Amino acid sequence: MHAEHSTRTDVLLKKHPYAFIWTLLAMLTAVLMFLGKSEVRWAFKVPRELRLNLKSYISDFMDWLVNSADLGIFTFYELTRGISWMLEKPLDFTTGILATGLMSGEGSNAVQLTPPLSWLAVILVLVCLGRYARDWKLAIFVGCCFAYLALFGQWQSAMVTLSSILIAVPLGVFGGLVLGIMAHRWRLFEKFITPVLDLMQTVPVFAYLLPILFLFGFGPVAAMIATIIYAMPPMVRVTMLALRQVPDQLRDLGNMVGCTDYQMLRRILIPTAMPSLMVGVNQVIMLSLNMVIIASMIGAGGLGYDVLTALRRLDIGAGVESGLAIVVLAIALDRLSQALAKKRTKIRDSSDSQHFFVRYPYTCLCSLILVLITLIALVVPALQVYPESWSLTTGSFWDDLVKYININYFDELEAFKVFVLLNILVPLKRFLLALPWPMVIVAVALAGYQLGGARLALLTAVLSLFCAVVGLWDKSMITVYLCGISVLFAAALGIVLGIIAAENLRFGKMIEVVIDTLQTLPSFVYLMPVVMLFRVGDFAAMIAVIAYSIVPAIRYTLHGIRQVNPQLIEAGLVSGCTDWQILTKIKLKLALPQVMLGINQTVMLALSMLVITALVGTRDLGQEVYIALTKADTGKGIVAGLCVAFIAIITDRLITAAVDKSKKRLGLKQVN
Amino acid sequence: MDITHHHSNNAKLVCQGVWKLFGDNAGVFLGSYKGKKPRLKDVLDAGLIGAVQDCNLEVNDGEIFVIMGLSGSGKSTLLRLLSRLIDPTAGHIYFNGEDLAALSNKQMIEIRRHSMGMVFQQFALLPHLSVLENVAFPLDVQGVSRAEREKRAQEVIELVGLKGREFYYPAELSGGQQQRVGIARSLAVEPDLWFLDEPFSALDPLIRREMQDEFLRLQKLLNKTIVFVTHDFDEAIRLGDRIAIMKDGSIDQIGAAEELIINPSTDYVKEFTKNIPREKVLTLSAIMKPPALDVNRFCAQFPANTKISEVSQVLYQSDQPVEVVNEKGDKLGYVDRESVIKVLMSGDF
Repeated sequence: MHAEHSTRTDVLLKKHPYAFIWTLLAMLTAVLMFLGKSEVRWAFKVPRELRLNLKSYISDFMDWLVNSADLGIFTFYELTRGISWMLEKPLDFTTGILATGLMSGEGSNAVQLTPPLSWLAVILVLVCLGRYARDWKLAIFVGCCFAYLALFGQWQSAMVTLSSILIAVPLGVFGGLVLGIMAHRWRLFEKFITPVLDLMQTVPVFAYLLPILFLFGFGPVAAMIATIIYAMPPMVRVTMLALRQVPDQLRDLGNMVGCTDYQMLRRILIPTAMPSLMVGVNQVIMLSLNMVIIASMIGAGGLGYDVLTALRRLDIGAGVESGLAIVVLAIALDRLSQALAKKRTKIRDSSDSQHFFVRYPYTCLCSLILVLITLIALVVPALQVYPESWSLTTGSFWDDLVKYININYFDELEAFKVFVLLNILVPLKRFLLALPWPMVIVAVALAGYQLGGARLALLTAVLSLFCAVVGLWDKSMITVYLCGISVLFAAALGIVLGIIAAENLRFGKMIEVVIDTLQTLPSFVYLMPVVMLFRVGDFAAMIAVIAYSIVPAIRYTLHGIRQVNPQLIEAGLVSGCTDWQILTKIKLKLALPQVMLGINQTVMLALSMLVITALVGTRDLGQEVYIALTKADTGKGIVAGLCVAFIAIITDRLITAAVDKSKKRLGLKQVN
Repeated sequence: MDITHHHSNNAKLVCQGVWKLFGDNAGVFLGSYKGKKPRLKDVLDAGLIGAVQDCNLEVNDGEIFVIMGLSGSGKSTLLRLLSRLIDPTAGHIYFNGEDLAALSNKQMIEIRRHSMGMVFQQFALLPHLSVLENVAFPLDVQGVSRAEREKRAQEVIELVGLKGREFYYPAELSGGQQQRVGIARSLAVEPDLWFLDEPFSALDPLIRREMQDEFLRLQKLLNKTIVFVTHDFDEAIRLGDRIAIMKDGSIDQIGAAEELIINPSTDYVKEFTKNIPREKVLTLSAIMKPPALDVNRFCAQFPANTKISEVSQVLYQSDQPVEVVNEKGDKLGYVDRESVIKVLMSGDF
């Protein structure tokens, strides 16, 4: 009897070795938790000897850098100030043209040399651009967007924001392009930059606002630098990918016709990769706009500043209005840049030499508009600055709406909130905080080993250990809890919506429009309705995170199901599957890797949103970063930021490894 | 046999003992054999992939040299070695007597700009350029002035029959037309040596046939030295003056189509030639019987390089044999019904 039993466990062990180890781990954890803090203190509180006071090292290093680092000819401080000076000039210029008028002199003694461009002229030029980029429909759409900005009294702020975008985007695109080309050219550089990009895209923005604040001071230039740094990584990635995707035959062609290295890049690689590169440009624009509000924390003016101050005053009406203005600006620029990206220049027959005006009708028309309206505006001041008496405001409407909802539906909303808090959020939070930290690290490492082998296990173990030794274990666990629960809801909801969208064509089209729009909204905008309805706290944060991060879950599910080979579905039909069986046994099974990639994206977005929700009062790493920002404590901010990044990287690597594994099993990916 | 200093005078391109092994330390591995030839098994045991192994060939001036092999046989790698898109692990490639491996990058660029042209399997047209700009591209790279390069491009576009499509984008053309652009582009620099890498494989069978005819027409006009890669034996026979058959990275046999069919050197070559309609490849000289006194009445006279299929009808209608002569009219022998039937029936003769 006994022998038989042991052989059975042997078989079980051989069949499911990991199940056995996991059970063992769970049991060990349970024992530790049973013993409790009093017996095994080290398992719950990271011992003092293990602690690493990283934040003060970083702060000291930054102090040294700013105060005494000397690069020979000039000091580090002079270098950073020099960079700000170089960026300040063009920024001042565009701001002058669009918003404030060109100034001479400093501060309050400044004298206006020229007035800013007339609002009407700007709108008309953008209409021309829309017509040039695609058609009248786009032209009118863009015109309406900018007319909205004028009509609702957001013109001045919007132009300040636009002028910083106009400088940040070309710089971000150019920098990204150069780095991407370098990474493409030199393998070594690629190896160096890839992890840097991973880190840049996972460290919460707040965390690098701090060093920038420290190095470049407070003001529009520092804000713009933060924007560029934030928006550049996707461009680098897109460039690397786009250049890699250039067909080998085109490279061979370049070699066979005798291209030099420069000709190869300029004449073959970049033009062929252009459509993909333009996607990167669009990304840079959207990320720059996403950064508008956050950048206003370190001195960017404009719409972002308006939203931030409104949010701080809990002035919902004003906040919504400025927030909507950012959205409108984002959507207009998004559509415009996408249309320009897809635009194809008509081939001109070189033999006919047309007149300048016929050849460049838009350039001529725009110049004409600018000159004419500027001249008229000298006489008619209403064209110069949009008169306040013409503008509308919806501020009181939003305030009333919130009042109405809160008076009539307060009990329902509150009951729902309390129910979720008490039954899901609080128990989960308590459970995660009660877990012994060494066991969590072992579990993470084990998952890494199971999915990707020893190297992944080592990586996940070291990264999670970092969170423990820098003394941020509890805050990290709260982050994991809030992020985890939000992702769970977002994924569940997103996958269901994705499935419905894939099965139902009309619903699919509708939802694609909705998620396209959602994706153009800056993350901050999500906070406003949430605060309006649920005020502050974990629950409000969770709702905002779900709303922000649900898009990729929907999108990837939708695409994953649509990509399933139709022959396999037909094979299912022929074998007599019901619709439900086809969905569950064929489509979902094959779409699984895609769906998981979507969830991966959801996690990344959730983490980035989570940090922003610190503004509505969470107690996680985001709050740590935010506090550091207000206190200008660089070390603290960077360390907390790294913790967030590491949580993101661990999740990303584990999910990617799982996806690779399942893809290999499904034969969707070639095994090398 | 020492082939190092032995190649015919009119060889344009010579490839001597060329190896391409992929994998770490491929050069060291090959060096350890000190010029001797390792076996395929040794290569594999060393963890290397023998893409091209000890290839020797000569491409003569003005001939169409076809490299034939199935996928994975190394034919594309060999083509890339011949054009020095990749460097060989060992061996030499001489173009007009010059060792390509010894040239600097700059010299190689010069040679490619003026003496080589290549046509690609997937056309490799630049999507953002018009037909005219695509064809003029090689000249543009050299810095030829706009007017001059467009004039030349116009000429080759007319040559390949695309006049009127100069301002189309590649995406607006059919596959066959796209490859015509590819051909025109490769001819724009008037190359000495013309590489074609499976140029018609991506096309529909009917279009492929049409393009093969077009290719033969062009070659009659231009008389280039051509290296043509294909996986299609029918195509090889139709186009090639000589054919090299590749398998597992080595050349099994080089010869004219007829030679491959009559004297296959390996079972692999035999397998390939088995299903080829012999009467369309073999000439009378392959099956003729020597002149005999008792055979003196003939129904017709044919030159020795006539394909068998062309005389079968004549032999079917008359019971007398046909007489075979050379170009001067000397009598070489005769072909009777029996020998033609043998070819048609079995392939043994």
